[in-house]
Amino acid sequence: MQSSYPDAPEVAPRKLARKATGVDRVFELCASAIGATVLIITGGIGAFLAGQSVPTLQRYGWSFFTESAWQPEADSLGIGAVLVGTISVAAVAMVIAFPLALLTALFISEYAPAGMRSTLISLVDLMAAVPSIIYGMWGYFLVMPHAAAFALWLQQNFGWIPFFKVDSDPNAAVWDQSRYIGSAFCAGIAVAMMVLPMSCAVMRQVFSQTPPGEKEAALALGSTRWGMVRTVVIPFGRGGIIGGTMLGLGRALGETIAVLLIISPDFVIKPRLLEVGTNTVSALIAGRFGDASAAQLSALLTAGFVLFVITLIVNTLAAIIVNRSRSGAGTDA
Amino acid sequence: MTTTQAPPPVKETFLPVIDTDAAPQHPRPGLGKPTSEESFTLIGTWVAALAMAWLVTQRLLPLGGWAWLVVAWFALGILFTIVTGFMSGRRIDVVDRVAGAVITAGALVVGAALVSTIGFVVFRGWEPLLHANFFLDDMSGVGPRDAFDRGGIGHAIVGSAIQLGIAIAITLPLGIGTAVFMTEVGGRFAGVVRTIVEAMTALPSIVAGLFIYTVLIVAVGFPRSGFAAAMALSVMMLPIIARAADVVLRVVPGGLREASLALGASRWSTVWHVVLPTARPGLATAVILGVARGVGETSPVLLTSGVATFMVTNPTEGVMNSLPLYIFKGARSPEPMDIERAFAAATVLLILVLALFVIARLVARQRTTAPRPSLLGRLRRPTHRQEIS
Repeated sequence: MQSSYPDAPEVAPRKLARKATGVDRVFELCASAIGATVLIITGGIGAFLAGQSVPTLQRYGWSFFTESAWQPEADSLGIGAVLVGTISVAAVAMVIAFPLALLTALFISEYAPAGMRSTLISLVDLMAAVPSIIYGMWGYFLVMPHAAAFALWLQQNFGWIPFFKVDSDPNAAVWDQSRYIGSAFCAGIAVAMMVLPMSCAVMRQVFSQTPPGEKEAALALGSTRWGMVRTVVIPFGRGGIIGGTMLGLGRALGETIAVLLIISPDFVIKPRLLEVGTNTVSALIAGRFGDASAAQLSALLTAGFVLFVITLIVNTLAAIIVNRSRSGAGTDA
Repeated sequence: MTTTQAPPPVKETFLPVIDTDAAPQHPRPGLGKPTSEESFTLIGTWVAALAMAWLVTQRLLPLGGWAWLVVAWFALGILFTIVTGFMSGRRIDVVDRVAGAVITAGALVVGAALVSTIGFVVFRGWEPLLHANFFLDDMSGVGPRDAFDRGGIGHAIVGSAIQLGIAIAITLPLGIGTAVFMTEVGGRFAGVVRTIVEAMTALPSIVAGLFIYTVLIVAVGFPRSGFAAAMALSVMMLPIIARAADVVLRVVPGGLREASLALGASRWSTVWHVVLPTARPGLATAVILGVARGVGETSPVLLTSGVATFMVTNPTEGVMNSLPLYIFKGARSPEPMDIERAFAAATVLLILVLALFVIARLVARQRTTAPRPSLLGRLRRPTHRQEIS
């Protein structure tokens, strides 16, 4: 840079060292080493799963995704049925969990007395911390008989919908309860309990960030409480509603132990949610890992990898949507 | 006198006459405490709906059972809310009341589900809990029909504690170290690490278990043991703890770091004496919640630890039981006594998770209470307050 005064001596800008020196350098290297270790561990798992799935996919090709049977002895392996089962269990769970999570989040953020609010938030967090095996036992021992009775009622009244069809006589003198238990519907109820608090927590958090000025403006214009919720809180929290639901969906897809406890394993692609017998990817892994040979283990790992990729996509989309909704929080007046 | 001719009619702007003091055409919805009339309408509506629901389901229609009673109560309650709403207000008020009723009912359903879960587990499992040996003994040599004063879940509690202890010893330094790397060092490489760690939180726990099973047990030939289970738990917990710690460290105010660095502290002493102490409550909460998640995870343990009915304290020796696994095996057993023991163990697990949760809350709450101010701070604070006022 030329100085504007010709007589002034040349001044070189002071040099600022951006590189750490001495102890700071050691600290940076140590921290990087820990980061690299964790990167190797976590990334290694992903790479290992991906690597293990190559031979399986080469062996079976696209039929791995469409074949429904899991018969290693007959050399016919596929995750068609378990993928459909995974999605149907998760779909039932989300159909139950989404409205309840939304209503609970709205209740906590807008309707509950202010003094109860922090207690209710803690209760929802506690609900998220309850282990899945406990929801599994709740679903298996307490809910399943009632769910079977409800399934019978659904079949009697809405049996013409393919989802509610059951391969059993609905008007028999003594109904065959064993046809209605262990279904995707029963497992979905228990999984719904697991994903509900998670979705609810995300939704409530986004609702609580609604600019109070806008809420008060709606009320000052003569809006009722529901009018305020409908026109201010829900549009503001739309990203949180979608993102929280998708985070819950990601959890529902990977849930193992409650599903394993409740379902009767079956390898058939079917839309009949109320009928006994279904399977999910994670329950398949838990049920079949023990007697698996090396090739079958690789197939199970491939199934796990597919599940991981689906969960990853769902979670990433959810994170993007939630973050985008938060970026709109700056519109506060 | 000439009569002035009336001017030709000119179209004027219509100015509505607003009497600002008059009562509004429709009463405005109240937002404060409900008046006595409103609360009477609300309570009366739902009592009437309950009575009608009882009459309809238990006396008139063949819909016995409490489930139909509750459903009918809700449906009739909404109906009666609409009717009583139209008696005193407009459509908007009716919609408001119905929405309030539906939202409250949804929250009540969730609350009832939580209460029924906890209540059911405790109700089914309270009997073995009355015997002290249930917490201390193991199940070796105890048959499925033996009374509850024999055998217990001591081995499962010890197994869970050992497995979690190893998992914490692995994940705590690595997880918090990674978070420190991601927030304090930064750079492009840290971005890559953050992306991968966030991606790995999506790993289903069963796949983490299957990974350890394939690598450690099948490929390396390590026996099924507590150590393998601890590794599976670590693989599952590491991304969770690293991510949560990252979130906590990121909200430490940058001014604190800069103040420490400006005073000539090295990067390491800044992290050790400023950043980590500031974030301590948040970090503790993150770790405790990660542990609470780990203690209840059944699926990775199911694949890696094997089931022992006896006390095992050496994690590398062989099969080892843990609480979630004991519960799972008991719940699948056809013996009613085994199922009851499983419920009792589930109660213990529930209390354990609850205790961890309460501890996490208490630790997190410390953040709001300001640290004891230094002498300088105490001298300065009054002047500061005066400036504000």
